[in-house]
Amino acid sequence: MDINTKYTPKTWPDHAEQVTLEGKNKFVGIWIFICSDIVLFASVFATYLALKDSGPSGMDITAKELFGLELAFVMTMLLLTSSLTSVYAMYHMKNFNSKGVLIWMGITVLLGLGFLGLEIYEFYEYTVHEGFGFTHSAFSSAFYLLVGTHGLHVIIGLIWITGLIIRNAKRGLNLYNAPKFFAASIYWHFIDVVWVFIFTVVYLMGVLG
Amino acid sequence: MGHDTHIHEKSVAQHEFDRRKNAVEMRKQVVNFAIMILFTFIAFAVVVADFSPYFIKPFILLLAAVQVVLQLYAFMHMGEKHASHIGTINTFVWVGAIIAFTVFLCFLTIIWW
Repeated sequence: MDINTKYTPKTWPDHAEQVTLEGKNKFVGIWIFICSDIVLFASVFATYLALKDSGPSGMDITAKELFGLELAFVMTMLLLTSSLTSVYAMYHMKNFNSKGVLIWMGITVLLGLGFLGLEIYEFYEYTVHEGFGFTHSAFSSAFYLLVGTHGLHVIIGLIWITGLIIRNAKRGLNLYNAPKFFAASIYWHFIDVVWVFIFTVVYLMGVLG
Repeated sequence: MGHDTHIHEKSVAQHEFDRRKNAVEMRKQVVNFAIMILFTFIAFAVVVADFSPYFIKPFILLLAAVQVVLQLYAFMHMGEKHASHIGTINTFVWVGAIIAFTVFLCFLTIIWW
């Protein structure tokens, strides 16, 4: 028996993503990666908080003036909803419904693209219209580093999930690709975990001054 | 090899039961999602409502912490006991969080004091 064995809804194992050794290893592996990412984000968060509103003398842009809540709110809703849609994809995976997995993963990608588009728009506004470029001040460098690192994670996640969808579009579910979808969904949730702290610490607390 | 798994065909009753169980679990996940959305709304609302920053800051940080724990245990399956190496994973995540907090504290105290 190999990983390309065909299954039916009745023979599909309960925890298909962790039946094979490869699946178990992928689960542990993605978590070890996430733990190292926690430490990475801790350092960029700490940098941001330490350098918030500081820069060369005469610097006139502060977080309180710069940030608006409307855009951050819409971005938060998009990313939070994309987290739920990937849970729906995992639900369909449990029921051996490969079409459901592909559709919900596709919706996740669309919501992620919406988020990314708004983030690019936000950076463009800040850089071009507010004159708040990366080299403007210590504050701007720390801000773009923190939010940009998160944005990079979103881009990588989008490429990853899109790749999975294209590669497995006609394969159906098996014990080979189930762990791949599962690991991608855990990674996507982690992106949302980081964003929860970004909207709280950067935007909400930034507006407070 | 580690790929060897034997095929076990479920009975009709078992299959129906598992499908229902999955549906109930999914409903719980939607409730978790609703709680997260609610917390997000509250966090934005208290900032817009202009309460004292000494109340808002710890309060929204607390909401964020609860949301993150929900994400980790509900959406990311950290609470599922059957999952492989789940004890190791839990240890790793919380140790990661402690290291993260220490880094955080270090940076802030070095700069502010």
